[in-house]
Amino acid sequence: MAKPNPDDRRYTKEHEWALDNGDGTITMGITDHAQHLLTDIVYVELPDIGKKVKQMDPVTVIESVKSVSDIYSPVSGEVVAVNDILQDKPELVNEDAFGEGWIVKIAMSDPVELESLMDAAAYTALIPAGKDAAH
Amino acid sequence: MDLIFEKSRPGRRASEIPAGDVSPVALSEVIGEAFLREDIDLPEVSELDLVRHYTALSRRNFGVDLGFYPLGSCTMKYNPKITEESAKLPGFTGLHPYAPEAFSQGNLALMDELRRMLCELFGMADFTLQPSAGAQGELTGIMICRKYFETKGEKRSRILIPDAAHGTNPASGALCGFETVTIPSSTEGGVDLTALESAMTEEVAGLMLTNPNTLGLFEKNIADVARIVHERGGLLYCDGANANAFLGHTRPGDIGFDLIQLNLHKTFSTPHGGGGPGSGPVGVGAKLVPFLPVPRIVKIENRYTLAENFPDTIGRVKAFYGNFNVMVKAYTYLRLLGAAGLKRTSDMAVLNANYIKARLAPYFDLPYDRTCMHECVFSGNRQVKSHGVHTLDIAKRLVDYGFHPPTIYFPLIVPEAIMIEPTETESKETLDAFCDVMIAIANEVEENPERVKGAPYTTPVRRLDDVLAARKPNVCWTGK
Amino acid sequence: MDYTPHTPDDIAAMLKAIGVSRLDDLFQDIPETYRLSGLPDLPPVLSEQEAWRHVLDLSAQNTFPAMTLMGAGAYHHYIPAVVGHMIGRSEFYTAYTPYQAEISQGILQAIYEYQTMIARLTGLPVANASMYDGASAMAEGAVLAGKTTNRDRILISRTVHPEYRRVVATYCAANSYTLTEIPYDAAGRVDTEELMTAVDDRTAAVCVQSPNFFGIIEDFRAIEPVAHSTGALLIAGFTDATSLGLLKPAGAWGADIVCGEGQSFGNPMNYGGPYLGIFAATDKFLRKIPGRLSGMTVDLDGNRGFVLTLQAREQHIRREKATSNICTNEALCALAASVYLVSLGKNLRNLAELNVYKALYLKEKLAALPGWEAPFTSPGYNEFVLTCPDPGRVNAAWQDAGIVGGYVLSKDYPELPKGLLLCGTEMLSKNDIDRAAAIAAAVR
Repeated sequence: MAKPNPDDRRYTKEHEWALDNGDGTITMGITDHAQHLLTDIVYVELPDIGKKVKQMDPVTVIESVKSVSDIYSPVSGEVVAVNDILQDKPELVNEDAFGEGWIVKIAMSDPVELESLMDAAAYTALIPAGKDAAH
Repeated sequence: MDLIFEKSRPGRRASEIPAGDVSPVALSEVIGEAFLREDIDLPEVSELDLVRHYTALSRRNFGVDLGFYPLGSCTMKYNPKITEESAKLPGFTGLHPYAPEAFSQGNLALMDELRRMLCELFGMADFTLQPSAGAQGELTGIMICRKYFETKGEKRSRILIPDAAHGTNPASGALCGFETVTIPSSTEGGVDLTALESAMTEEVAGLMLTNPNTLGLFEKNIADVARIVHERGGLLYCDGANANAFLGHTRPGDIGFDLIQLNLHKTFSTPHGGGGPGSGPVGVGAKLVPFLPVPRIVKIENRYTLAENFPDTIGRVKAFYGNFNVMVKAYTYLRLLGAAGLKRTSDMAVLNANYIKARLAPYFDLPYDRTCMHECVFSGNRQVKSHGVHTLDIAKRLVDYGFHPPTIYFPLIVPEAIMIEPTETESKETLDAFCDVMIAIANEVEENPERVKGAPYTTPVRRLDDVLAARKPNVCWTGK
Repeated sequence: MDYTPHTPDDIAAMLKAIGVSRLDDLFQDIPETYRLSGLPDLPPVLSEQEAWRHVLDLSAQNTFPAMTLMGAGAYHHYIPAVVGHMIGRSEFYTAYTPYQAEISQGILQAIYEYQTMIARLTGLPVANASMYDGASAMAEGAVLAGKTTNRDRILISRTVHPEYRRVVATYCAANSYTLTEIPYDAAGRVDTEELMTAVDDRTAAVCVQSPNFFGIIEDFRAIEPVAHSTGALLIAGFTDATSLGLLKPAGAWGADIVCGEGQSFGNPMNYGGPYLGIFAATDKFLRKIPGRLSGMTVDLDGNRGFVLTLQAREQHIRREKATSNICTNEALCALAASVYLVSLGKNLRNLAELNVYKALYLKEKLAALPGWEAPFTSPGYNEFVLTCPDPGRVNAAWQDAGIVGGYVLSKDYPELPKGLLLCGTEMLSKNDIDRAAAIAAAVR
């Protein structure tokens, strides 16, 4: 069963979440539903610090044993931090997708973009209740 | 079972090197100490240790000679032993590829005759035997397409690939700088003609079509498909991995395919070797002949020669001429079967696949309920929904009964796919035994799903942790 | 002979179960206009005995040579009898790629052991299960370099095998990379000054070969810093794998990728194929390297086992984003190489030394002939270049004696019009060499 989607953040329809850190940056990751779809994550290809992205550009790649998925940036801006622990412990994304499994921090170039993303209720409505969609 | 390194004991030797009959020299002077390696860290075992080690390894492996191996689109047919013997002839194994042509007429004749037989069988103007495997054949084919359009001064940057295609198709396209556009399959399992029509523009080099496709279905609308592609000046490429379905029944060249790659290690019975060597010849229609790789075999009066003087060639994809020893096996096979034997091969291959389909249809979901060709595709969805048992579990349980599982989770457009290609060399008894077991497993899913989920139970190792293998890769023994 | 077991009764029963009356009904999806009315025009069917006779006759149209004096990418080495017996076990050769790991532990463990031995020989930690051959291995290395550095320029030494250069060129053209050749110096080695001028911040890789096509050992002390100076990768190839038994490997000299031809390890010359592409790289490329990888893991009971791993790199998962499209590779040739390496063990060093001695003896005997000279004096392994008044006539004389002679260099190296590339391996006895020299001496 997927964990509930926290109210303190925004969501994309590609299953990423963005948490406003209050200092012009966001922290992003994938939702618990997404990690469930991906099954056991074996590798997270972290981007370089300084990488510039536009909203919905691929910012990282997540590998499971049988699949590869692009993960998209919820906002435009520049990567200012990456969660290095994921190099050794990619399973953190499975175990705690909303917390310790965060992936990158981005300095926003256009904070207004956050408002175009979904809130928790809208994202939750998108997901068929309790379903395993085969990847 | 221990690794060979764990069996190593200092001072043991298997091979000895003959004593030199010429004078040794001081290598540290002649070559220089800095350039010599310090030690060789290779195992030290006796020949008996070696033989026991590899013999034991072989007994932890499964080949066609051991049992039914119904991997879809792999065509795991029987490998006739006479073809193995042909390939061992010293006349074939002992020549350097640059040996004088006068020494190599037998080899050149064999390659030339193989080429001609493939042209006749597939309706093509010429074939190159150079690519080492199907994927390299695809790459060669796409390079030929690219060069064709370059020569015409046309800029075509895209290639169309059905969603059911094997991963090598888009990978090969991308390796040539093409952007791949995926064409959905119709509800009938063929190419969606409307989607094809709208995707096929003058920026598209062509369509890579596996026919029959990975669902085991022949493209009924092939005439329309060919027309749509050709009307816009595109090329129609055939991925011939599934050629075992139509030998002697139809020819891709007649249907409108401009080029085709074959897999000698599938259709033409050369053994798979645990992952190769294979051979991936590429056949082309007349307008693409100038672009074929070099060198090419030319017959002048009664002598064969290798010629390089073809200015529009794409060049070389491999050093030398291709996997010659694999060609020897395929050539021998073709001479044994003849046209009648090849037609019967397809007849029986298609009969076997349809028989399995008929026997298993009551027990597993059949996404496309129509006559299949040499392979059929089921879905494990029914078992997932009823008891949470996945195709993977069913495959592992089959192993306990002495069968190699079919291909699973491919093609990607069928969820929980089970892709079964029996081939023509299997008897009705074998097919019945396989179907009986599949039905028994379907029943076991109902009665004892946990047992299926924990399979296999009878193999040298239980189910392996491939998540660990990918998270903490260990691809080299460091002694720990 | 078609190997189908079906009796008429079988066919009847099966058609009935399927629910059709004729075999032809199963082919309905092929449009009528495209169905062949007759059989293709192929030579008549042969029984096994007749087929055997036919291939015997064909192979007899070849000349089995008395000796082979040529290397140039394919080498005549002794193959211990165990190799054929081990790869002849049908559990190995009739098996497919080991996707179902639990029933393929044999081949998976063998591949793991092969990867380990290759890593030790090349000096780089990550070796794959095989590529098609040395040429395409180098080409795929260049593509990998382009994709990982995001650059589009490849530099390749003219001392790399001419056909390898052509294959690299073909793969570069497909990827829109430019390929620039770097000349060699008077010592017959890649000209590092020219290399220094050529390498820039668009260079993805510098490709060299050692021992090079002339048989000369390249000096990586000079090459490596230049290659790396602008962030390009150093790709080092080889054509006779037995050289790894004697020479310090490129991995130890700082190469990023070592790739080459493994035919010398237990595979016959086979008129050009199947051969064995060896490919090894630094840890940095673990998740990007092309080809199969066998990885060690554990099963449900905690027992050691092996699986194909990091498959997310490969075409069947990454599809158009894969760095390579390779699927079927040269697994059985790699198995032959493994058996060979285990059979020779540390004696690989002795074998390699013997190759050097034989080559030197052949070189001395020929260089002593009037008009014959050695244009390069740099140290080599088992191949060397000599010039002589008429290479064509010497080869013709050798050919008349059933000998495969030297590789004539003039076509690929017009600046060496009288050059002949020769090779001495353990397969040449002293008598063989004396005889070859006598034949050459008699040519006027």
